[in-house]
Amino acid sequence: MLSFSMSDNKQHSLSAKPVAFRGGGFSPKSYRWVGFLVFATLIGIAEWGTRSGWISALTLPKPTDVLLTFKELYQSGLLFKHLAPSLTRLVVGSCMGISLGISVGVLIGLFSYIRSGFVPVVAALFPIPKIALLPLFVIWFGIDEGSKYALIAFGTFTPTVVATYGAVDNVERSLIRMGQSFGLSWFSIVRKIVIPGAMPGILSGLRISLAIAIILLVAAEMLGAEYGIGAYILEAGSLYDLERLFAGVVILSLLGVIISALIGAIERRVLNWRS
Amino acid sequence: MDIKLESIHHAYHQVEVIRNLSLHIPHGQIVCIVGPSGCGKSTLLRFIGGLEKPTSGEILQFGEPPPGCLNPLTYIFQDFALLPWRTVYDNISLVLEDHPLSDADAHHIIIDTLQRTKLLEFADALPRQLSGGMKQRVAIARALAVKPAIMLMDEPLSALDSQTRELLMDDLVDLWTRQPFTAVYVTHNLAEAVRLGHTIVVLSRRPGEVLQQIHIDKPLNERQFGDAELEQHQQQLWQLMRDEARAADAELLHE
Ligand SMILES: Nc1ncnc2c1ncn2[C@@H]1O[C@H](COP(=O)(O)OP(=O)(O)O)[C@@H](O)[C@H]1O
Ligand SMILES: [Mg+2]
Repeated sequence: MLSFSMSDNKQHSLSAKPVAFRGGGFSPKSYRWVGFLVFATLIGIAEWGTRSGWISALTLPKPTDVLLTFKELYQSGLLFKHLAPSLTRLVVGSCMGISLGISVGVLIGLFSYIRSGFVPVVAALFPIPKIALLPLFVIWFGIDEGSKYALIAFGTFTPTVVATYGAVDNVERSLIRMGQSFGLSWFSIVRKIVIPGAMPGILSGLRISLAIAIILLVAAEMLGAEYGIGAYILEAGSLYDLERLFAGVVILSLLGVIISALIGAIERRVLNWRS
Repeated sequence: MDIKLESIHHAYHQVEVIRNLSLHIPHGQIVCIVGPSGCGKSTLLRFIGGLEKPTSGEILQFGEPPPGCLNPLTYIFQDFALLPWRTVYDNISLVLEDHPLSDADAHHIIIDTLQRTKLLEFADALPRQLSGGMKQRVAIARALAVKPAIMLMDEPLSALDSQTRELLMDDLVDLWTRQPFTAVYVTHNLAEAVRLGHTIVVLSRRPGEVLQQIHIDKPLNERQFGDAELEQHQQQLWQLMRDEARAADAELLHE
């Protein structure tokens, strides 16, 4: 015992150095201020570049001018004239597409025949650029709001279906077996086990669907609308009015950020059971 | 309510899993089923609970479940199977919601089972906030809430560390002593079997047959940790199982 501890001591005095640390990393956190900093820097560079002249006025408008245009847009009341129809189209179209997509996705996740029948159909529809179908939708649903709703609905439908049935497939079977073993009705199992269990996957699918919805909204409005952010951007673009074009683009970005934040808030509320 | 299994045979795609198995599960007793892994213990339990059908043979129920019983054959799973998005209280409420109970009655049942399993203060906790032992207690509470005639427990303590396992075994003994229940308890842990079983059924390796049944008369609440008599039973069981377990182990490697 004594000799043991002595040799221990001796070794210790011979070469003592701390064990090299090699853990850590691989767990990115998100700091909000970094995002703001990056935005501020980019805008700062653009402002400085356009003012000092090494970015020509034809390449990029001055951010402060864009801001002024934005202010004018707001004060003239045109902002809401463009924003209101756009938001209506976005909400109506994506609500139709998403609710239908979730329903079909859940059915695919539950029934063999529906799965066998629909999965190939969805696979065939998914890669079609939906914008290409706009002329068809104009014939089917009219040049007015109908075709725009249909385009957005169709565009959000396919990614929602795919995300939903994937999420249903991933619900733990042991939970479903538990439900059956306690004699829960089929409907209860779907409502209380399958749907909540699929919620994380469905919500992350929504992020993608809604981004696609914004893209399609603008495309539809560019192809035929008097008012709407797409129409506004198209008009500005054809006049090479870069300030207004950028003001429109900023609105779209803001829309994207707001939607993403909204889904984040829903996730925090609905998925608060996850750590 | 008693259950009798009569000459059960079962095969999955030509692989014989259970061969000529007959078994009696008497009312108010715990029957432990031990056997090497892959011998068909979980499969057997699924048969008893009506989640699957054997290729041949019969599973018979004698007598009616007691009055007030909401789910005669109730499982307790190794992985707890709690809904992570429901609190402890709501997880138990889940299995009552499909029954025609008044809200007050359901509440009464939930509070009562939470009390019996010493979980009352955790009623509003989510599963992720609980340790493994606590989760299994919740699953036991959930099973008790439907007043089962027979509890079907598939390695309920296997996912827990050995200290927690001891604590939960004490809890189960307590629950049984206060109000005897009928249970089929599947395990590969012989210490659990001799501690909780009135009857211990030893299965052979696949295809599972009954090698031996031993009965332990000592009352559950007198069986202590490290009891000499139990040690002896455990030794005897291990003698029986050792060769089976080794052969089963080697078999899996060849597959
Ligand atoms: N659904 C199934 N389909 C095919 N084979 C299965 C199925 N379930 C279990 N088996 C096989 O049956 C045997 C017994 O399985 P199981 O009852 O889970 O054993 P135990 O619980 O005793 O470890 C194993 O060899 C397993 O591979
Ligand atoms: Mg098993």
